[in-house]
Amino acid sequence: MNFFASIGKYTLFIHRVFSKPEKWSIYYSRTIIEIEKLGINSIGIVLIISVFMGAVITLQTAYNTTSPLLPTYIIGVAARDSILLEFSSTIVALILAGKVGSNISSEIGTMRITEQIDALEIMGVNSAGFLVMPKIIGAMFFFPVLTILSMVIGIFGGWLVGEFTGVITTMEYIKGIQWGFIPFYVTYSLVKSVIFAFIITSVAAFHGYHVKGGSLEVGKASTKAVVVSSILVLLFNLVITQLLLK
Amino acid sequence: MIRCINVCKTFDDREVLSNIDTTFEKGKTNLIIGQSGSGKTVLLKCMVGLHEVTSGDIMYSETNFSALSNKQRSEERKKIGMIFQGGALFDFATVEGNVLFPLNMFTNMSEEEKLDRANFCLRRVNLINVNHLYPSQISGGMQKRVAIARAIALNPKYLFCDEPNSGLDPITAGIIDNLIKELTIEYDITTIINTHDMNSVMQIGDKVMFIHEGKKWWEGSKDDILDSDNPELKKFVFASEMAQMVKKYHNRLKMK
Repeated sequence: MNFFASIGKYTLFIHRVFSKPEKWSIYYSRTIIEIEKLGINSIGIVLIISVFMGAVITLQTAYNTTSPLLPTYIIGVAARDSILLEFSSTIVALILAGKVGSNISSEIGTMRITEQIDALEIMGVNSAGFLVMPKIIGAMFFFPVLTILSMVIGIFGGWLVGEFTGVITTMEYIKGIQWGFIPFYVTYSLVKSVIFAFIITSVAAFHGYHVKGGSLEVGKASTKAVVVSSILVLLFNLVITQLLLK
Repeated sequence: MIRCINVCKTFDDREVLSNIDTTFEKGKTNLIIGQSGSGKTVLLKCMVGLHEVTSGDIMYSETNFSALSNKQRSEERKKIGMIFQGGALFDFATVEGNVLFPLNMFTNMSEEEKLDRANFCLRRVNLINVNHLYPSQISGGMQKRVAIARAIALNPKYLFCDEPNSGLDPITAGIIDNLIKELTIEYDITTIINTHDMNSVMQIGDKVMFIHEGKKWWEGSKDDILDSDNPELKKFVFASEMAQMVKKYHNRLKMK
């Protein structure tokens, strides 16, 4: 029962978020700010994680494909497909669910308990729309950029470690990442990143917006937001994969 | 003018407000007093629509605010200014940004006009050279003044203040009280203030309503308070040592 009540509450919340803005120009400038806060400020962590994950995927593939029947360039193929299909969208989304999700939830939760949201409402501003819509749009716009960056850097990390440890030569690696390339994998990954961006930002904002109490509850809401959005990312990963790759 | 007609509010099965019936007059500072937990803030939040009343009506002049749709309420709220207990300044904006916020949101003024208006409001509350500071960089008293400046930016018809001087020293609290009183007269606003500070009551209380356990127990002017026979009001008013001394002095004067 509680589950269905939450779904209903979430639906009403999203309806309010996407109500007509009071002033488009202000929402537009807020969206630019959110792109910087949620997207550009996440580039660092995405790059660091991507380079290491690309490297680890390459090493693991190299050390587990010892059969002389398999060509060495298969390491590049495996690294590319792992990065494109799963890592750059889903794993990066899970990391962003932690970073961005907790940030959004605690920011909005703090605004709730310090009555800043009430102040917006008193002024006649649709607080849900003003605070949340720019975050959702900003993330949906920039997460695909982060995904592309992650793909490039992940593949670069794989090449770097291959070259450094000698498990694969540059030529073989390049051959591998070109071999049997299916461009739709990039589209699939970008579609996932847009949907994950919506899930992470809206779920985190929902939990922050409905905080009641004090700072302890804000912390609890942040944790809940990260847990729920991570589970939803995994669930929707399954659904989208079945829909797009069958 | 704002009228509360038999306002009741319950949370689950707990009755927080019971049949509150009163009128808050235009151009006057109307004070709601009572102990913590007596229902003052709930009444104030019912009046601005942050809480829905369980029964009864809130009338803004001739408009029944509690019967309006959300969209109609948003329009009506543009006539409202509110000062929250903690200031509720937006962390994401500077002092100037906070005062500019309602102007940016609801007016078509030019940038220059908006800046002029924001600076006028800030000067009106005696805040100079703090425009580019963030709320966390200014004192509690200054935050309250910024909140007042933001509340008056759109020339409101109604001003609601939830314990505007809580957490402030007596001198700053007095300055804030006087400022609210001056603005009320200057702009002919209906001002409603929640407080449990007797200094505020005696300083600016044109009309005072005492709430106890969610019910209206007494109303009158600040001059009537000291002579009231209402036992709960007397207990509240003379709770502090200072008030006891004033009472003795007052009684002595009456005997003479």
